[in-house]
Amino acid sequence: MNPRLVLATAARVGSQLRRDRRTLALLIVVPCVLLWLFSELFADAPFIFQRLAPALLGVFPFISMFLVTSVAMVRERTSGTLERLLTTPLGRGDLVLGYGLAFGVLALIQAAAACTVALVLLDMDQPASVPVLVLVAVANALLGTALGLGLSSLATTEFQAVQFLPAVVLPQILLCGLIVPTAQMAGWLDAISRAMPLRYAVEAMTTLTGAPTVDSRVWVDLAIIGGCVVVALAIGATTLRRRTA
Amino acid sequence: MQSITVDDLVVVRGGVSVLDHISFKVPAGSVTGLLGPSGSGKTTLLRVIVGVQRITSGAVTLLGRPAGDARLRHEVGYTTQAPSVYPDLTVAENIRTHATLHGLGRDAVDEAITVVGLAEQADRLVRTLSGGQVNRVSLACALVFKPALLLLDEPTVGLDPVLRRDLWALFASLAADGTTLVVSSHVMEEARRCDRLLLLREGRLLADHTPEGLRAVTGTPDLDEAFLRLVEHGEEAA
Repeated sequence: MNPRLVLATAARVGSQLRRDRRTLALLIVVPCVLLWLFSELFADAPFIFQRLAPALLGVFPFISMFLVTSVAMVRERTSGTLERLLTTPLGRGDLVLGYGLAFGVLALIQAAAACTVALVLLDMDQPASVPVLVLVAVANALLGTALGLGLSSLATTEFQAVQFLPAVVLPQILLCGLIVPTAQMAGWLDAISRAMPLRYAVEAMTTLTGAPTVDSRVWVDLAIIGGCVVVALAIGATTLRRRTA
Repeated sequence: MQSITVDDLVVVRGGVSVLDHISFKVPAGSVTGLLGPSGSGKTTLLRVIVGVQRITSGAVTLLGRPAGDARLRHEVGYTTQAPSVYPDLTVAENIRTHATLHGLGRDAVDEAITVVGLAEQADRLVRTLSGGQVNRVSLACALVFKPALLLLDEPTVGLDPVLRRDLWALFASLAADGTTLVVSSHVMEEARRCDRLLLLREGRLLADHTPEGLRAVTGTPDLDEAFLRLVEHGEEAA
């Protein structure tokens, strides 16, 4: 691992992202618009919005970063730039961390925008701590990035990468506690949900907004998310093959 | 001194023999042309040398180290056939990306841009360039760190005759400075510009000669004709 190479990769990915104004706009604006739609949808039952909004603040960055990262990595692979990078002194870990860093910064902007809209414009209940709320949102974005990197080696085309969304992300959204609180799920569904990182993301978000102080549960959730990020990044780095058939 | 030694190399991919018992040596400071029809195994051979291709058997040594050795990554520049550059970055940003990986700065980037003749396009997005210009961006990314060994897969495809002549002049001057180049091409016309020629067909090495040697062996002054004669008469002519 070489910090200079990690930063160089992050700077390169960052330059590419900056040029892609449309993707940037979609990444930042869409979550805000969706939050607003939810608040309008439940205008007559604000307590539902109050339960959903914090969970959504955890889910949106996860979905968008997962998609962007997996497509970006498949593009590196199909364009030949990945093969070329792997003939240079760039290590696999440098590449994966560089991507994580660049998308992490993007995630911070996205999370800040979505949290601002939810708290200021849509009157979401104040969380115990706004910085911790943003921190959890960024951790979720990194989780999406890490899973996208980890799984990208299984996809050989952009089409396949996009299909990982319903395969990997939708089950987590169903079982993470967003639609039915985990406490009300059948035992076996709850057990499956415990193996899914998004559950802890949603748990951290809802715990934060339901209490006057930051519950220790939030830190445990953050640690679990962090662990999943590390494992997924490690998988991403080890499945990058320098030598192929 | 030998820069590259390939000894009894075999690559079988999906049950099909792609490279069949190939052996040759490439001397340092020379331009070696890797020629042969499309599908003859040129790209696979270059990928073996750069260390990204799994091999079935044999040994490949570069600058005294096995192909793919981590220490070689500072010594070997490689361009793929389809230019592997980022279309959404400028010419300078693409080259800077590679310069940074080798700990080099702005001077190296500017020099590489000048060498490939893209100074006027330095700040243009690669997406907006012509095919030949994109090829040269890819080449500049490989040149920027002045590697001891340059492996170029069809670098002159899609270039007009003037650019092609300029690039071959560049290859010759790099070789004169001690760089070892292996350049693949399916255009026999380019063969006469090489110091040595390796002729591949269906994964077999048909000939390993200087251009003069090839002309002498096949009894024709025309290299295109020489190649056709080799292909038609099998390996005994080599």
